[in-house]
Amino acid sequence: MEGQGLYAERKVFSLVLERRSSALALLFFVLVLILVFLAPIIAPTDPYLMSVRQRLTPPGDSFFLGSDAFGRDVLSRLLYAGRVSLMIGAGVALSSSILGVLIGLMAGFFRNLDGLISRIIDAMMAFPDILLAISLVAILGGSMINVIIALSIVYTPRIARIVRASTLVIRELPYVEAARSLGSSTVYVLTRHVLLNILSPIIVQATFIFVYAMLAEAGLSFLGVGVDPSTPTWGIMINEGRQYIDQAPYLILFPGLAISFSVLSLQLVGDGLRDALDPRIARQM
Amino acid sequence: MGMVVLIVLTIAFFIVRLAPGDPAALMLGPDATPEQAEELRSRLGLDQPIIIQYASFIVSAVKGDLGQSIFFNQPVTQVLKSRAEPTVFLSLFSLIIALVVAVPIGIYAAYKRGSFFDQSVISIAMLAASVPSFWTGLMAQRWLATEYGWFPASGYGGPDTVFIDRMVYLVLPALVLGVVNSALILRFTRASMLDVLSEDYIRTARSKGMREPRVVLRHGLRNAGIPIITVIGLTFALLVSGAVVTERVFNIPGMGNLVVNAVLRRDYPVIQGTLIVVAVTYVIINLVTDLLYLLVDKRVQY
Repeated sequence: MEGQGLYAERKVFSLVLERRSSALALLFFVLVLILVFLAPIIAPTDPYLMSVRQRLTPPGDSFFLGSDAFGRDVLSRLLYAGRVSLMIGAGVALSSSILGVLIGLMAGFFRNLDGLISRIIDAMMAFPDILLAISLVAILGGSMINVIIALSIVYTPRIARIVRASTLVIRELPYVEAARSLGSSTVYVLTRHVLLNILSPIIVQATFIFVYAMLAEAGLSFLGVGVDPSTPTWGIMINEGRQYIDQAPYLILFPGLAISFSVLSLQLVGDGLRDALDPRIARQM
Repeated sequence: MGMVVLIVLTIAFFIVRLAPGDPAALMLGPDATPEQAEELRSRLGLDQPIIIQYASFIVSAVKGDLGQSIFFNQPVTQVLKSRAEPTVFLSLFSLIIALVVAVPIGIYAAYKRGSFFDQSVISIAMLAASVPSFWTGLMAQRWLATEYGWFPASGYGGPDTVFIDRMVYLVLPALVLGVVNSALILRFTRASMLDVLSEDYIRTARSKGMREPRVVLRHGLRNAGIPIITVIGLTFALLVSGAVVTERVFNIPGMGNLVVNAVLRRDYPVIQGTLIVVAVTYVIINLVTDLLYLLVDKRVQY
């Protein structure tokens, strides 16, 4: 079983790479990750360094991507902001996956809990994501960790729903019954037999949640209810640049492109994964 | 559905109670005296046991009473009602634009599957789904409104502006929101048409010598209808999220702007009220889409 699982995962990975768009997207995303990770080394200047005399300098020799209203280097800020934006995306994807798996497994495996958990999931999903997120951030307070908590609460139901549905199918399969009749504990059956077999759809969904979380973080920052504005994120850079849209449109252009292309590449990777895992869809594409 | 609404109310009740510290003190800000906090606490019923607070909250919410706004000193329902018009029409127009753009293109892309047209459409839809809607909004505002003056740049007119002129202010925001949201509908339409177009009855219809438009629209679209209706229901949540930021970009005094200001002012009853109204609307819309299935597909029975 385990060997087969590993084989399947490896095959999926090569299938993703076979699709040129997904392979390129993955390459691009990894490049973005490396760039923001190396920000302290490759950033031309300190992202907080102000030089008021050189405020709103257009892209050119002194500032490769221009300078903002305080004369801070846009390129350096873009790199540091990327760290925060990507960290929030990854944090939300990870924590909502863990929470969603726990809740989904419980709902799918324990019949008496299913009704209540499913109704709660339905109710949570009735709140539009930005609306629920700003309400939660309003209550928790605006910091990076609170934004991650708020968005994780928002996106956990999506994972939980998928995990529940897959668990419902798998729990009825003969090998689960066999494992149980051999006396395996519930925890063993759940982790070993159920979780391992639904890992792929969870990974696909987590990729998309990464995307939604990055977009939502940008939205929250734009609305002024996200991360503390002294920490640059791509959304905050757009919000700050808004006032200068006539004199310095590049202040909005570059962070916007940074979000869009990161999101696009991650979506393509997610699509590639999904198609590789679900051959029925892949054939249509 | 009743159960889901009850849970929605419960979540909305407890979200505000999650706030660390005394809600009354938080709402009043740091300058409030203890007496003022005490007064507000008893006015909001915060001095009662939590179970009593919860019960009375649910009872009044079911009766249509969502409490008092701290900032406006008016019932929340009244505040929401006064801001509903732009949000409702903005969402409606964007949905219409999204459908008009996405459904025909999605059908044609599925019909011409694998062609250059199909592939470009998919790529554009993917790109549209990757760009934050407020960024598109800012760009559209900067170029189409400020630079070329084709649309009003922001606002919603004054108190004397007549209805039709108010709607003019919504054209550009609705275009932005509609195009951004069409991506999802387009992908769904295309995918469900692809499913249907490979069915046997389509081949049968063709072999009977039926004309292509009739095959695609009558036999294809009709059967692809259910997933498309489902996604329209789901788009509602996206539209509302989009409306919150779009109203902010174009400075439209709708519910989205109201809730963001409520967050900045810590006007918890308004936040709570907006959450409830929007979530209940979502539940109702999804009930309506379920009922629409009956009209579209005679095989569905409840």
